Amino acid sequence: MTHSLHGRLDDVTGDAGYADHPKRKGFFTDTSVCIGCKACEVACKEWNQVPDDGFELTGMSYDNTQALGASTWRHVAFVEKPVHPTTADLGLPGMGPPGFGTHESGLPQAAPAGEDQATASGDGALRWLMSSDVCKHCTHAACLDVCPTGSLFRTEFGTVVVQPDICNGCGYCVPACPYGVIDLRKEDGRAFKCTLCYDRLKEGQTPACAQACPTESIQFGDVDELRQRADARLAELHDRGVDVARLYGRDPEDGVGGDGAFFLLLDEPEVYGLPPDPVVTTRDIGSIWKHVGAAAATLVGIGVVSFAGRRR
Amino acid sequence: MVPQADFESYYGQQIIKTPTWKTPDVPLYLFLGGMAGASAVLAEGAALTGNRTLERTTRLVAASGAGLGTVFLVHDLGRPMRFLNMLRVFKVTSPLSVGSFILAPFASLASAAAASQVTGRLPRLGRLAGVGAAVFGPPLVTYTAALLGNTAVPAWHEAHRELPFVFAGSGACAAGGMAMLLIPAAGNPPARQMAIAGAGVELVATELLKRRLGMLAEPYEQGRSGRLMKTATRITATAAVISTIGRRSRAVSAGCGAAYLVASAMTRFGVFEAGLASARDPKYTVVPQRERLAARRAGTAAGEAHDHASHEQTGLDQVTETAAT
Repeated sequence: MTHSLHGRLDDVTGDAGYADHPKRKGFFTDTSVCIGCKACEVACKEWNQVPDDGFELTGMSYDNTQALGASTWRHVAFVEKPVHPTTADLGLPGMGPPGFGTHESGLPQAAPAGEDQATASGDGALRWLMSSDVCKHCTHAACLDVCPTGSLFRTEFGTVVVQPDICNGCGYCVPACPYGVIDLRKEDGRAFKCTLCYDRLKEGQTPACAQACPTESIQFGDVDELRQRADARLAELHDRGVDVARLYGRDPEDGVGGDGAFFLLLDEPEVYGLPPDPVVTTRDIGSIWKHVGAAAATLVGIGVVSFAGRRR
Repeated sequence: MVPQADFESYYGQQIIKTPTWKTPDVPLYLFLGGMAGASAVLAEGAALTGNRTLERTTRLVAASGAGLGTVFLVHDLGRPMRFLNMLRVFKVTSPLSVGSFILAPFASLASAAAASQVTGRLPRLGRLAGVGAAVFGPPLVTYTAALLGNTAVPAWHEAHRELPFVFAGSGACAAGGMAMLLIPAAGNPPARQMAIAGAGVELVATELLKRRLGMLAEPYEQGRSGRLMKTATRITATAAVISTIGRRSRAVSAGCGAAYLVASAMTRFGVFEAGLASARDPKYTVVPQRERLAARRAGTAAGEAHDHASHEQTGLDQVTETAAT
């Protein structure tokens, strides 16, 4: 069986060796209807019995969770982004497609087209964006590729899950993830992340976060159907003039072959703490081994040179 | 000088996670593995040329380096008792998996060769084990570059072409340096030559790495990691010059050997720290990815323009055809 390392892959579960399997499951998180209630964070912790991740006040808007991690499998980001003449330097001029950065130009009339999606508070216009982040369950998952014990595996639902009884805490998955999702739990020593509620899926149930979401910002279902839903929602928002809306992780041709959990965002990915162009590191594994081999041969050459002209 | 790049982030937070690998465990393992692997090569050369002193010393260095390195590697695990799970599966997509299947036989073979050397028992089997260790030695030195390169850590991943050569050179320096330190000058020209050649490879590879990486070279040039790299480069270059000139003096030889060793260890710590620094700053994740996206969009736009042009061409052809009829 040839195992696909990058690029488009329509049957990720079949590629992982399942002959007969259910359809690939995932999340479509529509951040345009997220109200930042954090019910997903709580439901996830409760169901999966994830330990606390610290009780800190960060000063980052309402976000005291900070980031995904070993004990944070859902994380609601709160972006406060002023759209005001004084913040003209926040933009990325020339980076986006033509006319894209109009809301960042700093001109008062250049408020975002999606201003009905943002909160305009008084005279200092402020975009208040909320987004519930989660493990992306990549089509080409670097964490799974680099796991030396086989602890991380692809389930019959096409999701990526850690087996805690196998994991020896080597930590290789941690820097391999292009999204910074998985981490080691210090007091435990092993790696943990979202399982897309593998136990609930096996019983035909909806993952806890999606079940708890009051606005259907988190939608659970078959990935192919979710992709259609996302496309329809994007078209609807664009029709309504919300030009800033864009899908993230939806494209099966992207650097990770598309995400099982993808998003509708209202700003650039990095504004939410997401990488703008993630690529699975193992896409380059061929080149990596080739150079390692050439360097090993060089070392043999150094050895030969060191003894040149010497006979017993 | 790379211009200051504009980029956006989520409250300045890093995007990827900082590697959880511990200092000094992992950089020390990189150093010890490099020294052990290259020592096994030196040992086999010594055996082939009948240099008994060098053979004996390098076999011991190979075995103890691999043993000590393994201890550090196991100590770095979150669940050290489960270290044997490393041998549960074999995956070419995981340099740590491949590395385990290099380190395990290397350590066994190097230990067997050293034991036979010390006790004088089973000399033929011992020699055979030594040959085996010399086969696994070079990959042991360079696979650790794949270990770092095959991550999302920008300063490591983008350096995956040069890092194996940096490590090969650094390993040769460490093995040669250790042998120079332990054996009188007259007995070890091969060790000195290995260190000098290794220094050459390491210095060239490091320079190429920094030139090709552009903005991502910053962690190799600035801050703590930059200072480590710079100092390592200076020490290695100085040791290479002095050991080329001062061949006869035992003190000079031993001093150079120690310098090679220190520099090799500093290189590993420097490369390791550079990766951590590049993971901690969202700039190194966002800006190169933005540039990649912009380049791709420009490419697509150019492609579309091209398509458009060829469509017009077709249209023109049709017009011509119509006119002809």
